[in-house]
Amino acid sequence: MSDHQFVEMSAVQIAAGVRSGAFSAVEVVSAHLSQIANHEGEVRSFVTQMGDRALAGAKAVDEKRARGEELGALAGVPVALKDNMAYRGVETTCSSKILKGWIPPYTATVIERLESAGAIAIGKTNLDEFAMGSSTENSAFSPTRNPIDLSRVPGGSSGGSAASVAARFAPIAIGSDTGGSIRQPASLCGIVGVKPTYGLVSRYGLIAFASSLDQIGPFARSVEDSSLVLDVISGHDDRDSTSLSSKSYSHQPLNGEVKGLRIGVITEMLDGLSPDVERALNQAIESLRALGAIVEEVSVPAAKFGLTAYYLIAPAEASSNLARFDGVRYGVRVEGKDMNETYELTRGQGFGPEVKRRIMLGTYALSAGYYDALYGKAQKVRTLIANDFDAAYGRFDALISATSPTVAFEFDSKSDPLSMYMSDVCTIPSNLAGHPAMSVPFAGDEDGLPIGIQVLAPSFGEGVMFKVAAALEAAADYRPVPQWASTGK
Amino acid sequence: MSLKDKYLITVGLEVHTELRTKTKLFCGCANQFGAEPNTNICPVCLGLPGSLPVVNRKAVEYAMRIGTALNCEIKHSVFHRKNYFYPDMPKDYQVTQYDEPTCINGYIELPITGKIVNIVRAHIEEDTGKSTHIGTSGRITGADYSLVDYNRSGIPLVEIVSAPDMVSGEEAREYVSELRSILVATGATDGKMEEGSLRVDANVSVRQVGTDELGTRCEIKNLNSLRSLVRAITYEARRQMEIVEEGGKVTQETRHWNEDLGRTSSLRSKEEAYDYRYFPEPDLSPLDPTTEEIEAIKANLGTLPPKRRATLVELIGGTPTKSEIEQIQTAINFGLDELILAGIDRKVPAKLSLARCANEVAGLITNLDSSYVVPSHKILEVLVKESIGELTPTQSKTVLARVVEDGGVDVSALIAELGFVAASSGEMDQLVDEIISESPSEWERYVSGEDQLAGFFIGKAMKKSGGKANGKLVSKSLNDRRSQLQG
Ligand SMILES: [Zn+2]
Repeated sequence: MSDHQFVEMSAVQIAAGVRSGAFSAVEVVSAHLSQIANHEGEVRSFVTQMGDRALAGAKAVDEKRARGEELGALAGVPVALKDNMAYRGVETTCSSKILKGWIPPYTATVIERLESAGAIAIGKTNLDEFAMGSSTENSAFSPTRNPIDLSRVPGGSSGGSAASVAARFAPIAIGSDTGGSIRQPASLCGIVGVKPTYGLVSRYGLIAFASSLDQIGPFARSVEDSSLVLDVISGHDDRDSTSLSSKSYSHQPLNGEVKGLRIGVITEMLDGLSPDVERALNQAIESLRALGAIVEEVSVPAAKFGLTAYYLIAPAEASSNLARFDGVRYGVRVEGKDMNETYELTRGQGFGPEVKRRIMLGTYALSAGYYDALYGKAQKVRTLIANDFDAAYGRFDALISATSPTVAFEFDSKSDPLSMYMSDVCTIPSNLAGHPAMSVPFAGDEDGLPIGIQVLAPSFGEGVMFKVAAALEAAADYRPVPQWASTGK
Repeated sequence: MSLKDKYLITVGLEVHTELRTKTKLFCGCANQFGAEPNTNICPVCLGLPGSLPVVNRKAVEYAMRIGTALNCEIKHSVFHRKNYFYPDMPKDYQVTQYDEPTCINGYIELPITGKIVNIVRAHIEEDTGKSTHIGTSGRITGADYSLVDYNRSGIPLVEIVSAPDMVSGEEAREYVSELRSILVATGATDGKMEEGSLRVDANVSVRQVGTDELGTRCEIKNLNSLRSLVRAITYEARRQMEIVEEGGKVTQETRHWNEDLGRTSSLRSKEEAYDYRYFPEPDLSPLDPTTEEIEAIKANLGTLPPKRRATLVELIGGTPTKSEIEQIQTAINFGLDELILAGIDRKVPAKLSLARCANEVAGLITNLDSSYVVPSHKILEVLVKESIGELTPTQSKTVLARVVEDGGVDVSALIAELGFVAASSGEMDQLVDEIISESPSEWERYVSGEDQLAGFFIGKAMKKSGGKANGKLVSKSLNDRRSQLQG
């Protein structure tokens, strides 16, 4: 089998082949490593590559098979990991200068679960510093390029993970989604990205941006792969008090059967869409109707306050979560004349401008005299949003919207923070409500740039969410390929 | 008019007590005093990026025990983050409870004065690491460098906040002493001030007699003993009185107690006070104790010091003196009240047991380590012997010292070894005969009713026997002879 065939395979196909012995994990991993060697220079999806470890891991899987031992659901499947998850012995940076050189002494629960299912970590991927951003341009090291069009951003903050899957560096990747950081880059890179129900996947080892919103989820090139990965990483973890005790997700074969399902189109998310995105959403609605679903518009009134509430809650939590990066125990330290100056210089030089902006916003939102009017009120809005979604789910099985108002944009085109924040206007409300949502690639714009459709479901409604996504995936006649493949390079 | 008569002092205390759980509040590291620096640490209590807290259920149970023992209501509670930068706080925020603490609205009754001191709240929080500042100042300002030991980071604490109900350093001392005694009795803490497992901050203000409005308060930190507590409050109240007396205004601030200088000094003013930006800790769920859990804690709390004190007061009879109350308090603190009760069945007077337990046994136990088990049976054996006159008080104290030191010792053998064998009745008669014949005029006076001369004869007997005579037996023998003469 050729390298090209391996890198085009799904995770399901790879695991089946490795388990049956049709090919080895070493062959699979080698093919992906050579794809990385060929194209990482253009894409720059990784902060740290883990080639040697990956080959050793693949060899271990093959040996396990040779000994006749049972192999896991992701045997031999390469996986790219967002560089905000701790991996014992491997530098973990959050794409920030302040953490440069930090080597965690422990491994995140999701990574342990992936590895025990046989997955092979091939690298730590680039992100907007501390997951704050929507383009991966806020990485302290280098922007990542969108493999579908290298002149454009991959979205963010999990841009490196999304790009690595779109570039065929790995069939699956792991990201974190605080306000759309999995779904928006998935949409811009033409792949599937899932933000599960809050509490379904352990956050232990995920370097927190906004603890009450952060959720880890998978990227894949198919809905089925993303469902399989969620099965592996979900479930209770004693080390995360917010992980739910009894719930876990079980992967089922997906048939995309949506006949009779009631699907709402969120009216508050129809404004401000680019014409191509609006056209794609309408096509999606028609496709679902054609498959027998009942599709109607539904209002989730409080959703329009989502962005405002988010930009108080997330920075507030971040201002506290990021306090520990003070130069005392790890990472970068810039010595000052006393303790306070050391703090100031370390944080002044260690953090980038977007991180500083959000720390200041959040500090202000929590300050004495402002708490009630800002943070307190934002929490009330959050409750309203959850209530409005629940009301909508009283009438609908699932909801849909565009994932991102636009397709992938060019570098440096959104220098104004507010216009960048608008990229997440459709994705933020699900984080505030704690509900699951995913993006599935559905169409291309005039230039072939990917457009994703967002499918939303009530808490623990991943089953129906994947069903609708699978129907859209099947209905789509759009398969984005990397720029080098489409131009025959 | 002296300052003391002109001003009233108001004191409220914040007492931090370490819980004696096996592990820390949010991780599995050992909760242990005195280990090598930075050996009881993990990603969680070091606040490493990505780590998350998980609440130690035992710590919550202990906090609920404390609240119940302090007559508090046990409530739904929420952890908050208290944000400020300091090197010994690895996350640069402390997880604590803010406006919804686990325990609220309790009280304790002071043993000597019977005064009620209200408890505003008792909440759960994590301890910080411990900084050592190297340099002449001993403080972080001006230090050459600082070392941090994170073993203490994440150790569970309960902070008990009193209402400003106390009026002097002495009363504060009585409160802390009683509080400590209750805390120890709940089993939630060892209450060792010297190891820092009980730490006190005092809020002190003064106002002129006749005014109702409380004066501006100062918070005093670093009170590591009951002695420091009394001294610091007394000093601080005096300082504030002098300021007001000279027409000045007390500045609200946090002050540091310097034990060596016997002074408080400004640590930071109200303007410099941190804005802690409290908000609910998103990594933890609220605590919702069920009625069953609360009832179970009540049921298993055992008998607490106030009740135990009442039992002992009843046993010794009459209105107890201040020193007896202090003896009772000491006996309870060392868990010796059971022994005193057991003594009653063996006809040992409660007053005798109490005096020996509080003055001898407790004093000796303080010097021994925490794994020490009191040899109650052996102590009781000694007390029985003393009460029936087989041992003199002096001998009894000597034997008790040896028994407390080594609980395995055989009491009778020890007494023999020390030569504390009571004289036989034949020897006793001979001795008494001799002292009577040597002092016939004193004997006559004694026979005619001058009881106080018994002491004279006992002294003589002691001298003659080289201290081995038993005063009680001599006294009995004298009395018997007199009765025979009179009979
Ligand atoms: Zn620990």
